[in-house]
Amino acid sequence: MSGVTQETAVNTGRIARVFIYLVLLLFALFYLLPLYVMAVNSVKPLAEITGGNMLALPKILTFEPWRQAWSTAQIGVEPTGLKPYFLNSILMVVPAVLISTVVGALNGYVLTKWRFKYDTVIFGLMLFSCFIPFQTVLIPMAMVLGKLGLAGTVSGLVLVHVVYGIGFTTLYYRNYYASFPTELVRAAMIDGAGFFRIFWRIMLPVSGPITVVSVIWQFTNIWNDFLFGVSFGGTSQPMTVALNNLVQSSTGVKEYNVHFAGAILAALPTLFVYIVAGRYFVRGLMAGSVKG
Amino acid sequence: MGFLDISHVTKSYGSVQVLHEVDISVQEGEFLVLVGPSGCGKSTLLNMIAGLEAISSGDISIKNRVINDVHPSKRNIAMVFQSYALYPNMTVGQNMTFGLEMHGVPKPERDRALADVARLLQITPLLDRRPGQLSGGQRQRVAMGRALVRNPDVFLFDEPLSNLDAKLRVDMRTEIKKLHQNLKTTIVYVTHDQIEAMTLSTRIAVMNKGYVQQLGTPKDIYDTPANLFVATFMGSPAMNIMAAKVVAQNGVPHAEITDADGATRHLRFSQANLADWVGRDVLLGIRPEAITDPEGADRKSANIQPFANRVTVTEPAGSDTFVTMTLGGRDAIARMRADASVAPGEVFDFAINMEKAVVFDPVSEARIPA
Repeated sequence: MSGVTQETAVNTGRIARVFIYLVLLLFALFYLLPLYVMAVNSVKPLAEITGGNMLALPKILTFEPWRQAWSTAQIGVEPTGLKPYFLNSILMVVPAVLISTVVGALNGYVLTKWRFKYDTVIFGLMLFSCFIPFQTVLIPMAMVLGKLGLAGTVSGLVLVHVVYGIGFTTLYYRNYYASFPTELVRAAMIDGAGFFRIFWRIMLPVSGPITVVSVIWQFTNIWNDFLFGVSFGGTSQPMTVALNNLVQSSTGVKEYNVHFAGAILAALPTLFVYIVAGRYFVRGLMAGSVKG
Repeated sequence: MGFLDISHVTKSYGSVQVLHEVDISVQEGEFLVLVGPSGCGKSTLLNMIAGLEAISSGDISIKNRVINDVHPSKRNIAMVFQSYALYPNMTVGQNMTFGLEMHGVPKPERDRALADVARLLQITPLLDRRPGQLSGGQRQRVAMGRALVRNPDVFLFDEPLSNLDAKLRVDMRTEIKKLHQNLKTTIVYVTHDQIEAMTLSTRIAVMNKGYVQQLGTPKDIYDTPANLFVATFMGSPAMNIMAAKVVAQNGVPHAEITDADGATRHLRFSQANLADWVGRDVLLGIRPEAITDPEGADRKSANIQPFANRVTVTEPAGSDTFVTMTLGGRDAIARMRADASVAPGEVFDFAINMEKAVVFDPVSEARIPA
């Protein structure tokens, strides 16, 4: 077709198009409203919030609430700010994401290219972990962590999140590798590459899209987790728990501006990951399901 | 003992046996083609030689060493896959030397081997590209190059041409044949295409339902097929098969073919030992090229017999004209010279070369040997 491009399946008139964009714009604004409220109120003095309009722009711009939230705010009984907890979260998230992703990739590799008897049953059992509600395993998990001497440590939290994450990462990698041609693995076998060499040299280099999916998924889930953090965190609680302690404190004046700043701080890393890798996320989810 | 020996090899998946007692001995420098329809077990057999599938019973040996339990990489074989199986993340050069690298061959030696093979296959300009940037024919060459670089004892080809378009397939076929003639390598080649099998091989194993139906030179297979399956599978258009009765006329066995309208034709057999079959039904097999116009008939044949029949369809194919008729109640095809003047609907005088006729037992479907 020369000169004519048909980008939409349905031809729409000018008025319909304006209407569609208007509706989309309204939804987008509505969706962004909470973020706006948080951002605007995190840079106001407290008096401006308590005495005025939540939606108004700040009359006096101040970043003091951010500084307080980060380094001096009262978290529980200590005036430490969120900083040490942010560090806890990083120390928990990075190893947990890496380990669960690597194990998931290995599982996917074995379940598709080194198949064995009852491998589908094993895979089915692993999928169960995607559906088990967190609450049901709290007590057994606490017992196991206690026996391992990991109760109340960051390592303990890493273990919990790895165990929970493997089900998902295995699912991702298994489905991705299922469409990876087995002939390549066979060719590498004849060429003399062993189990790990094939994984490292043949499979991993083409696993970019699904690795992005796995990392984003794991990162957001582990970073945002509250239940495991509050149950097993002990003295090394993650950011989410600290934020709760900051916001829920029942003594003194409620410093909303500090709370808003803290909440944004807690959400920043996941936001950052989405902005950096978001477009690969959708691409990775599509890979394998559609040939392209 | 041959170079590659397959003796009493079987393969079962659970209770299903997919290969039955395969015995093939391949000499050094031979080009063996395994041919058969889908599911005949030819690829399974190739994978067992490669070590990608376990052998249920029997032995496979290369150079008198039993390799049943030897890892694929230690069998000194190389395989060209149907999808080419080029590693997408590596360049052509890296693809071709990956095997050498895995076997700990030092870099200078790898580079020398790579340069030699690249020159042989004329792919030197492609060495820095990735497989995704190559055309189908180029990928095919690289896949063969990867096999050649390792200088293996036996080359295994698994339907290597089936992903190419028709013209390229013919070119690459010639290329592979040239390569074999120059390098004198031992090749086992799997295909479902009987023309590839005929043109490439020094010997063919025709397989069906897990059995080797016949093992022989292309000429053996074509002229004296062991049974009805081989006769109809090899050759295009397929061999004409018709029901016939052996009758004696003046003491000489003739084939009596009864048309749908009850009329009979009698064609004298060249095959002398059919006296025992007089009065019994057989299946008569005649290749399309054995039915011609009288001028186009083979002058060296001692048994050309004329018969008249109505032409139903003519298909001019350029080099030949295929003529369809009804013979013994079934369609039969004759292969004519391109300029034979024959029109559909007319009654035409055909000539049939009964020297080339083969006769099958209708019960066992085995050929009745001459």
